[in-house]
Amino acid sequence: MKWYSKTYIGVFLAFLYLPIMILIIFSFNDTKGRTFTGFTTKWFVQLFSDAAVMDALWTTIVVALVSSVIATVMGTAAAFGLEKMDAKLKSVVMNLTYVPIINPEIITGVSFMLLFVTAKKWFATMGIDFQFGWTTLILAHITFNVPYIILNVLPKLRQLDHSLVEAAMDLGCNPLQAFLKVTIHEIRPGIMAGFLMALTFSMDDFVVSYFTTGAKHQTLSVMIYAMTKKRVSPEINALSTMIFIAVLAVLVIVNLLERRNEKKLKQVSLKGKDGAAQ
Amino acid sequence: MNSRQAAYPYLMWTVVFIAVPLGLIMYFAFTDMQGSLSMQNLVQAGRYSSVFVKSIWLAAISTVLCLVIGYPMAYLMSRMKGVGSRTLLMLLMLPMWMNFLLRTYAWMTLLENNGVINNILSFIGLGHLQMINTQGAVVLGMIYNYIPFMILPLHSVMVKIQNDVIEAAQDLGAGPGEVFTKIVFPLSKPGIKTGVMMVFVPAVSTFIISQMLGGGHNQLIGDIIEMQFLGNAYNPNLGSAISLVLMLLVLMCMSVSGFLDDEGVEERLL
Repeated sequence: MKWYSKTYIGVFLAFLYLPIMILIIFSFNDTKGRTFTGFTTKWFVQLFSDAAVMDALWTTIVVALVSSVIATVMGTAAAFGLEKMDAKLKSVVMNLTYVPIINPEIITGVSFMLLFVTAKKWFATMGIDFQFGWTTLILAHITFNVPYIILNVLPKLRQLDHSLVEAAMDLGCNPLQAFLKVTIHEIRPGIMAGFLMALTFSMDDFVVSYFTTGAKHQTLSVMIYAMTKKRVSPEINALSTMIFIAVLAVLVIVNLLERRNEKKLKQVSLKGKDGAAQ
Repeated sequence: MNSRQAAYPYLMWTVVFIAVPLGLIMYFAFTDMQGSLSMQNLVQAGRYSSVFVKSIWLAAISTVLCLVIGYPMAYLMSRMKGVGSRTLLMLLMLPMWMNFLLRTYAWMTLLENNGVINNILSFIGLGHLQMINTQGAVVLGMIYNYIPFMILPLHSVMVKIQNDVIEAAQDLGAGPGEVFTKIVFPLSKPGIKTGVMMVFVPAVSTFIISQMLGGGHNQLIGDIIEMQFLGNAYNPNLGSAISLVLMLLVLMCMSVSGFLDDEGVEERLL
């Protein structure tokens, strides 16, 4: 690669990582201010005894996991059903599916808020107390997560070899068994990719959570937003430093495993070729 | 069992959680606080036309800059093989796992009057720049936060351009400029469309970046909407009217760019 291409990539990465470096450096800052005064690890210790931060972290993780799992099950079933549906109905449903993706997030957020406020009033007339909190957060997150599952699974279903499914049915499977024993294994990469996307978007979401969260439970993003009005506690910096290191470690390991697999595949295919030549 | 039924739970879900909320925005936009029919909100929304214009203008500048900066990056990444391209892709995704508010907050630390950049500038004797609370800072924040959404769709389209095609053009006597205008650019158009949409939509409706980096006098349309729902100016009817106008403007922008009318949207999104 030419020197100017390398420089371009270097400058771009520096721009991308500059604020992250600042974040990490300030997680070791002795004082709460935004000037660096000395090295300390006390924020990492304090972090674990801060009930509010731990509660927010817990809320974020539970909402992300629960909503992604429900979205994955419902989305996979939906993609499967959509494949068999007549074109007209399918296109109506697909257009609705795109809404959470192409609509500005703030509008998704406020529209949920209107829905839940209306539901709250409606439930109140029946004597049921409906509060903003876990339920509203999870319902909202499922809604913006499902489209990513459907969009990841549909292409895999289209590539599916239908003779495999038919073979399973000939061997005595009913459609549900055929789906569980054959189809789901064939489309697994799509399901996994969709699940990971949903998890990522759910963990990082601020806007929709901001409009659907209750007074009791906040996600990390909503908590950080309240802090940015004054000063963000260095504990949060410490938390992100740890998240950064954890995600980096996972990515490096995945990358190394993939590399090893590729090498193995290459060796196998080379051997195969040699064998054929002999 | 009919396998179409597998989609029924989702059908009901889209009605309750997508169609009904959109209907509620319409309902609130066309009624007053007492619930009777009113056009007052839409008339009032018109008063914010200068904020609409400013939001669209800043989002458009950010989108163009994201394209200009991100295009070469996506191209270089698409021409790399194996470890190099995978590592770069990984480095591009990694910041997304750090909280988006925190990254923007870190820019505050960098751009402040007593911030890191100004400290360095005055240390080397270059004086002092007013960076925070300017429109430039808002644009910078938008570019920083949304540029991965420009690069990823561009990259996924560009990796499908075979090197053979480029080499064939070169063999036929095309210079670097011609290779770009006749091969790379036309083949990357679907990626450009997706990238432009993925950057423009969040940029035009942001309220966090403008609040954190733009100060009080750089309000965007997202700030106005937020104020009507959770801020001091509580008025969900007016908020809904402004949201409705924003939604229609975004739809218009997208149909002009031709995003909605071709096939295979999902292939370009992922």
